[in-house]
Amino acid sequence: MTALPLAADLGAARSQMAFTLGFHIVLASLGVAFPAMMLIANYRGLKRDDADALLLAKRWSKAVAVTFAVGAVTGTVLSFEFGLLWPEFTGRFGKVFGVLFAIEGIFFFLEAIFVAIYIFGWKRLSPWAHFWSGVPLVICGIGGAFSVVAVNSWMNQPQGFSPTTGNVTSVQPLKVIFNDAVPYEVPHMILAAYLVTGFLVASIYAVGMLRGRRDRYHRLGLLIPLTVACIAAPIQFFVGDTAARAIAHNQPIKFAGMECVQQTSTDVTEYIYGRCTSDGVKGGIGIPGFDSFLVGFSTDTQVTGLDSVPPDDRPPANTMLHWAFDTMVGICTMMIALGFWLGLAWLRRRDIPRTTWFLRAVAISGVAAIVAMECGWIVTEVGRQPWVVYNVMRTKDAVTDSSGIWVTLTLILLLYALLGIALVVVLRNMSRRWREEGDTDSDVPYGPSGGVPSEVTP
Amino acid sequence: MSEADAVAVVLWVGATMYAVFGGADFGAGFWSLVAGGERGGRARELVDWAIGPVWEANHVWLIFVLVVLWTGFSEAFGSIFSTLFIPLSLAALGIVLRGSGFAFHKAAHRLKGRSVAERLFGVSSLLTPFFMGTVVGAIASGRVPVGNAQGDPFTSWFNPVSLVIGALFVSTSAYLSAVFLVSDARRAGAPDLEQYFVARAFVAALVAGALAVAGLIALHADAHYVYDGLTSDALPLVILSALCGLGVLFLLSRGAQRGVRPLAVGAVVAVVWGWGVAQHPYLLPTNLKISAGAAPSDTLTSVLIVFGAAVLLVIPSILLLFTLAQRSLIEEGPGPASQPPT
Ligand code: HDD
Ligand code: HEM
Ligand code: HEM
Repeated sequence: MTALPLAADLGAARSQMAFTLGFHIVLASLGVAFPAMMLIANYRGLKRDDADALLLAKRWSKAVAVTFAVGAVTGTVLSFEFGLLWPEFTGRFGKVFGVLFAIEGIFFFLEAIFVAIYIFGWKRLSPWAHFWSGVPLVICGIGGAFSVVAVNSWMNQPQGFSPTTGNVTSVQPLKVIFNDAVPYEVPHMILAAYLVTGFLVASIYAVGMLRGRRDRYHRLGLLIPLTVACIAAPIQFFVGDTAARAIAHNQPIKFAGMECVQQTSTDVTEYIYGRCTSDGVKGGIGIPGFDSFLVGFSTDTQVTGLDSVPPDDRPPANTMLHWAFDTMVGICTMMIALGFWLGLAWLRRRDIPRTTWFLRAVAISGVAAIVAMECGWIVTEVGRQPWVVYNVMRTKDAVTDSSGIWVTLTLILLLYALLGIALVVVLRNMSRRWREEGDTDSDVPYGPSGGVPSEVTP
Repeated sequence: MSEADAVAVVLWVGATMYAVFGGADFGAGFWSLVAGGERGGRARELVDWAIGPVWEANHVWLIFVLVVLWTGFSEAFGSIFSTLFIPLSLAALGIVLRGSGFAFHKAAHRLKGRSVAERLFGVSSLLTPFFMGTVVGAIASGRVPVGNAQGDPFTSWFNPVSLVIGALFVSTSAYLSAVFLVSDARRAGAPDLEQYFVARAFVAALVAGALAVAGLIALHADAHYVYDGLTSDALPLVILSALCGLGVLFLLSRGAQRGVRPLAVGAVVAVVWGWGVAQHPYLLPTNLKISAGAAPSDTLTSVLIVFGAAVLLVIPSILLLFTLAQRSLIEEGPGPASQPPT
């Protein structure tokens, strides 16, 4: 059964890892940031005696329960894949980065417990005790994201272990946990989670409003997550810019790949889109000297090019990398613009902009945020190739020798497609039933049946 | 005890928790699958109601085991997962199906999809314990060599020991779960369901006992190291487990209310630790010793620290959850009606 050529299995393994991570990360983002939105609504509901806000919090908590359950499933698959796909990587470095996952385990555990308390506590806990039972969810979300993303940061900036070839015999856990890529990668991902959740939830209510449901409930449902996301967007721009500069220094080949820099030189042109070829960028909009300027605040800054390493050490699919990066930056810019639009209207009239164009923009912002996040991961992961641990271990040396990954890949594609469809259908059905019959159903996996706090039954 | 042994103990604690709580969960899926007809509907309601609030937490134990294994004993993790690619992929498939079936079956109510979701939930509850059992059999019988996919992709887990242990895992889950459901039925005030699950717990206990004996015979033929361990160092634990099992049968036949649950759990815990003792000091008998496969000391220390922190944080939280549930401060939703609909 070892007849299949290895290279084919490497491709399958990478595709499977990328696909399952790309799927999980959407649910994970909701798991990180949705509880915060829910608590904001809950807080507002209690402070101002606002029945609409309480109802939102209540319904969001049910959505959290469903996405959390599916997130746990896809996350478990990822843990299996560390062994099923990358036994050499985990077998050699598990002892180095594993502690971070152990820490993550605590956060997930607490999260699972407090999700149950919050969901089941709507009716019987006192309102404020109930509110506080949700607060650990926010903290655990951030802590969990830190732990996992720090592993990825370590793959980008491996340190805190020796020797770098062969069996690892000594580990410095603190250096691993706080590796050089953590300061920009972790905040960037946590902000991304808030952006994805904020815009996604807002976009659902925007669609409802476009269909004529313009009551206060819908406006609040749009406004709370949208405000959070619009505040996060400019911060994200700043953090992403810092990340890019850091990468130009500590992972120069990744930077060269995503900016299509062929030769090491100064006065490098920044291209927006365009096709990457071995003799420069074809097409696209070029801004002379700007790439050097972005890296070192002066057009004289030298930028490392792909020619500084042998072809075998360069990332594949440069054009895709470059486009992924530009798309992420472009979407972030548009998010900031959307924020300005909302901010101006709010300052003038204490209301969201009246034009339906605004609602249309919000309606697509959710998908756009997911696209930006997936693009960011493409930049990180594909840009690091051919290394799984930057400059230490090649991806082809990390993969399993067992065959049959094409089978699991096919199965997973099918299964996850069904899972995704089922998730969307179930969430839509939940919301339709809420509209038509109120919240009387037992519709969450481990939620109570019925259970609107009686005072807010619409 | 060396640091590596301490981490192995932590690993075993996780495995025990997963065997008990995860096992009871899988067993519940089993009963919901085999329950047919009208009374079966009520049994499924009870299953739903009983595992609702704790399901998510039960599941995390598996992650815990995987993470401790790959952190503390990276090489063993890589070797197990590459050689046993097929059964572990199937176990993961079971987890995906089961998790989604569970996540959706309530939300999908009134839809046609509900019964499909329930079916999935049930079938996949068989898949995961069975294939986990074959993995345990493969490790116990020394079929997992060190290295990247060095063992045989098929015979490593498709052999008598593995298959018997797989079946044993399924029956043990069913047995544990039936015992738990007896108490749950009592709590829900449904005497008919109590009877229903007493009968099933009895049968499942007999089947599990028979399979345990079959397992010992298979180990004797094929896994000498573990067999020798089970019949020497670990013998007291094996006897304890058998006594607990007999005790459960006795109590159930007398219709006793107390003591059944602790005894049932005791039987499973004793077996899991018996296995651990039997294969000590090996991680992969007789290919890799705990001391040889362990991570560097700083990593082991960190794992122990994190474990300590986890105990300090998680146990009070779990106690909080259970206290709130006991005091009915978090509601559980209506249980199945106390009388069957007439
Ligand atoms: C909503 C999502 C989102 C938005 C609006 C942005 N990013 Fe981003 N970006 C991500 C979501 C993301 C991400 C998916 O979360 C990544 C992948 C790894 C990571 O930590 O964050 C990422 C990675 C990532 C990397 C690679 C990090 C690495 O390889 O270590 C760079 C250089 C940037 N981003 C730069 C930017 C810039 C300059 C942005 C805006 C001007 C920007 N990102 C907006
Ligand atoms: C969650 C969002 C993530 C996405 C969308 C993502 C995306 C990807 C992609 C696209 C690849 C394939 C690379 C290629 O084809 O060239 C990949 C590979 C991989 N990623 Fe990530 N990644 C994510 C996060 C992580 C994290 C947090 C980790 C580790 C903790 C990780 C570990 C890996 C590993 C081990 C591989 C296989 C080796 C490789 O091809 O680089 N990824 N991922
Ligand atoms: C950037 C990447 C990731 C983030 C931010 C993230 C975050 C999360 C979050 C918040 C959850 C809770 C479930 C939910 O709320 O939906 C979750 C579940 C999980 N994640 Fe990820 N995750 C990431 C990548 C990974 C990777 C690479 C692994 C691989 C080991 C992983 C393993 C898990 C596991 C095992 C669970 C289930 C835990 C449970 O049962 O509660 N995650 N993840």
